[in-house]
Amino acid sequence: MADLSANFLGIKSPNPFWLASAPPTDKQYNVLRAFEAGWGGVVWKTLGSQVKNVSSRYSAIDYGGTKMMGFNNIELISDRPLAINLREIAECVRLFPDRAMIVSLMADNSRAKWHELIAQVEDTGAHGLELNFGCPHGMTERGMGAAVGQDPEIAKMVVEWVMEKATIPVITKLTPNVHSVVPTGRATVEGGTHALSLINTIQSVTGVDLDTLVPNPYVAGKSVYGGYCGPAVKPIALKMLTTIAQDPITSRVPISGIGGVSTWKDAVEFLLLGASNVQVCTAVMKHGFRIVEDMCDGMNNWMDEKGFKTLDDFIGKSVPTITHWEDLDINYHIVAKINQDKCIHCGLCYIACEDTSHQAINLSYGNPYNTYSIKEDECVGCNLCKLVCPVDSCITMVEQRKGDEYVNWKEFQRRGLPLNDH
Amino acid sequence: MAILNNRLTAEQYEQNFSDIHPPFDSRDAALVEANRCLFCYDAPCTKSCPTSINIPRFIKQITTDNIKGSAYTILDANIMGAGCSKVCPVEKLCEGSCVYNFLDEPPIPIAKLQRYSTEKAIEHKWPLFQRKPSTGRKVAVVGAGPAGLSCAHALSREGVDVTIYEKENQGGGLMTYGIAAYKVTPECCKDEVSFITSLGGIDIKYKQALGQDVSLAELQNNYDAVYLGVGVGLARQLNIPGEELAGVEDAIQFIYDIREKGYPSVPVGDKVAVIGLGMTAIDAATQAKRLGAKDVTIVYRRTQAEMPSTEVELNLAKLDGCNLIWLASPKEIKGENGRVSQLICHVMELSVPDTSGRRAPVETGETITLNVDMVIKAAGQVPYEELVSTHQLANWNGKVAIDSRCATNIPGVFAGGDCVNGGKEVVDAVQAGKDGAKAILEFIMSEIGPPMRSE
Ligand SMILES: Cc1cc2nc3c(=O)[nH]c(=O)nc-3n(C[C@H](O)[C@H](O)[C@H](O)COP(=O)(O)OP(=O)(O)OC[C@H]3O[C@@H](n4cnc5c(N)ncnc54)[C@H](O)[C@@H]3O)c2cc1C
Ligand SMILES: Cc1cc2nc3c(=O)[nH]c(=O)nc-3n(C[C@H](O)[C@H](O)[C@H](O)COP(=O)(O)O)c2cc1C
Ligand code: SF4
Ligand code: SF4
Ligand code: SF4
Repeated sequence: MADLSANFLGIKSPNPFWLASAPPTDKQYNVLRAFEAGWGGVVWKTLGSQVKNVSSRYSAIDYGGTKMMGFNNIELISDRPLAINLREIAECVRLFPDRAMIVSLMADNSRAKWHELIAQVEDTGAHGLELNFGCPHGMTERGMGAAVGQDPEIAKMVVEWVMEKATIPVITKLTPNVHSVVPTGRATVEGGTHALSLINTIQSVTGVDLDTLVPNPYVAGKSVYGGYCGPAVKPIALKMLTTIAQDPITSRVPISGIGGVSTWKDAVEFLLLGASNVQVCTAVMKHGFRIVEDMCDGMNNWMDEKGFKTLDDFIGKSVPTITHWEDLDINYHIVAKINQDKCIHCGLCYIACEDTSHQAINLSYGNPYNTYSIKEDECVGCNLCKLVCPVDSCITMVEQRKGDEYVNWKEFQRRGLPLNDH
Repeated sequence: MAILNNRLTAEQYEQNFSDIHPPFDSRDAALVEANRCLFCYDAPCTKSCPTSINIPRFIKQITTDNIKGSAYTILDANIMGAGCSKVCPVEKLCEGSCVYNFLDEPPIPIAKLQRYSTEKAIEHKWPLFQRKPSTGRKVAVVGAGPAGLSCAHALSREGVDVTIYEKENQGGGLMTYGIAAYKVTPECCKDEVSFITSLGGIDIKYKQALGQDVSLAELQNNYDAVYLGVGVGLARQLNIPGEELAGVEDAIQFIYDIREKGYPSVPVGDKVAVIGLGMTAIDAATQAKRLGAKDVTIVYRRTQAEMPSTEVELNLAKLDGCNLIWLASPKEIKGENGRVSQLICHVMELSVPDTSGRRAPVETGETITLNVDMVIKAAGQVPYEELVSTHQLANWNGKVAIDSRCATNIPGVFAGGDCVNGGKEVVDAVQAGKDGAKAILEFIMSEIGPPMRSE
């Protein structure tokens, strides 16, 4: 049995799975259910000045028969009265003292307001604060949320205000709606934040209703850009996470990884790329809190198999393997190989390579089954056929190095080696 | 023991003859299956459909809610695609070669998806096809079965005016009065025929039998070409003693009555023997059982390895509780008071394989006796030999002989479907009709000259 317990800035939780600040963490009822289901911690739905939500407020991307591949919302911060939220937070901390209770904040743009809110929240006994610099809709018009996160100077200033007052750990949550998350990340680290979390949602239009001709979500004949999340955003979140984990300044602080985490595998990937824990929103909005069972169990089994005893044994382990394109080994070469015993003759590899790549697959007609084989000399090792093949390990990529030594692009140019020799 | 009608209640009949391949319950259910389709390249399922429907394309169209496009893809290749989706023996056609079979996973339910789209097309009467302006050319089609209808539709699309001569008072051929009632209803067949003729340019003249009400010479005189799609009609005789007894029935007639007269009016015995093991035998046996027969036994002279029906069909009969006697061949039917009482069969064994590897059944000298009150003959159908030979049509045991361009030995007369192949499936007849239409169009262009157009 591996040890799944997590320690984030001294905030302990029995596992690294926290619920992200969102509707699932909006009230005591949900949070208690989440804790009962086994969640390690929660980031309470963002508190701030009073708002009013609209309906509808969600829309989704379904893909290939799978629902909610991508999810979109135009919701604001908590629309429940602050006093009730504070009372419920205190109650949850009292009932589950072993779980992490972080409270997300977004105060109006004044130092006094931030100080006041922090004081009120600290009174609840919460273990940490998360600054919402990411909300991409509604709040930005008032100079809050992503409007802060998109301007490193303002972000730094707000963090500094917070640090003057806060006595518990502070996490700054970054918006992905920027060219790079690093500048704001650096600014807030320099401003004193104890940790970073990312990503919040990505601005998006999920689609247009082909009957009403109004984009989703629909609010009385109009729509607005919403924040995108769910499985579809995971690759983007991972990339942003890695840049933060690699940067010499931002990598000084722990990172909480967010964006499309739905399974233990996703969580492991976030941890391998530098996160110390993960936060989950869309996956629980789709399936409920019970998914945490398999998240813990799956991560545990994987750690046992790999011989990792604690999370620290593998956090950040994959970060150094992401390098620059110029540093990749050009002499490495692979060639596709089709296992004829496994092939089901669907022709997907053939048509993909024929129409869109390198015409490296040979077709010999049969009735009703054609036979497909690789023309090794034409194969550039791009991997496309393997990716489209519907059969497990039917197409494998076999290593056929072009030379023993490691040669990267800079070296390649320096030596004036011929282009397109393979 | 007695042969009786009205054995069941209305609800029992309703239940026994309800659709054995029900449609999808919902759009989502169809989408789940449609999304499993891999969209194979040069797809084996398409190659195994006699009408070459572009199956991956129509399934992809379902996944994008393009049902109209999907119905067009199907019906453009197979104008009886709606009926075929209910009656095709898919386990040996499209679904039988779906690549999922290699993965030991259920193949894509192609026919069910095909039904999903085509049913909507027919229900909403989508005008999917436009006929080209009339060319002034005229073709006579004999028989409004799958072959004739498919030929007529393809010709009319090209601007040829078609007149169909049909001896019955309904179109659809065996689809309408031959196929088991739990596969297609008479209304389905009617709707399908009117969907086909809604294109325009097709006039069906009912109660017009070739050789009786209209002659081939007349048709040759009045039309630019003639297409024969008359099917095969008559059940093969057993040529054994007792065949004339009351209670010996012809399977085709029995099935026809079920479709024509309604379930309660069709009499069926307590103990029924069905002779043969083709699709017709299965249909007769299962329907006898579903009409309320107590005991139904299928008698077949070879073993399961040689049976013409597919395993799926055999299982249908087994699930309906029909008994099977393998290696038994009818010798004599005995009667009391002119009514069937016993069926005596030779017990057979398989001989050593001949040069083709086929093992013929031979008598062992032993016999078995079945106490029955009804015998249904389903030992194959015989072509309209008389019709064919009186018209000097070159033939092969009554099956019309055609060349690679669907032409008979009489210039300008073409043929296809069951009357040529001796009896296959609906989908084969539809393809034969398409081939015939193509050949006739070529014939019209080259032999008669380009179509006349009224300026
Ligand atoms: C009992 C039974 C069950 C079957 N079950 C299936 C099944 O489940 N699935 C499947 O795919 N196939 C099945 N078949 C086969 C299928 O019905 C035929 O292959 C198909 O109908 C052949 O089409 P066709 O147009 O060639 O002939 P037919 O369908 O026989 O049509 C011929 C038409 O010509 C008309 N005709 C005949 N003589 C004349 C004349 N002298 N003048 C004018 N009109 C004439 C007939 O009335 C008829 O309308 C079954 C067949 C039988 C007998
Ligand atoms: C309906 C909804 C409301 C959200 N509200 C907040 C919020 O109030 N504060 C916040 O920091 N993030 C909010 N988020 C963003 C999530 O916390 C999270 O960053 C994002 O959804 C990505 O994670 P996921 O892919 O697991 O959903 C919200 C997300 C959703 C879907
Ligand atoms: S994609 Fe895979 S299964 Fe399909 S033909 Fe190619 S190798 Fe065979
Ligand atoms: S027509 Fe019949 S064989 Fe062809 S695809 Fe449809 S169900 Fe399959
Ligand atoms: S073979 Fe099966 S998976 Fe492939 S296209 Fe046909 S139905 Fe789809």
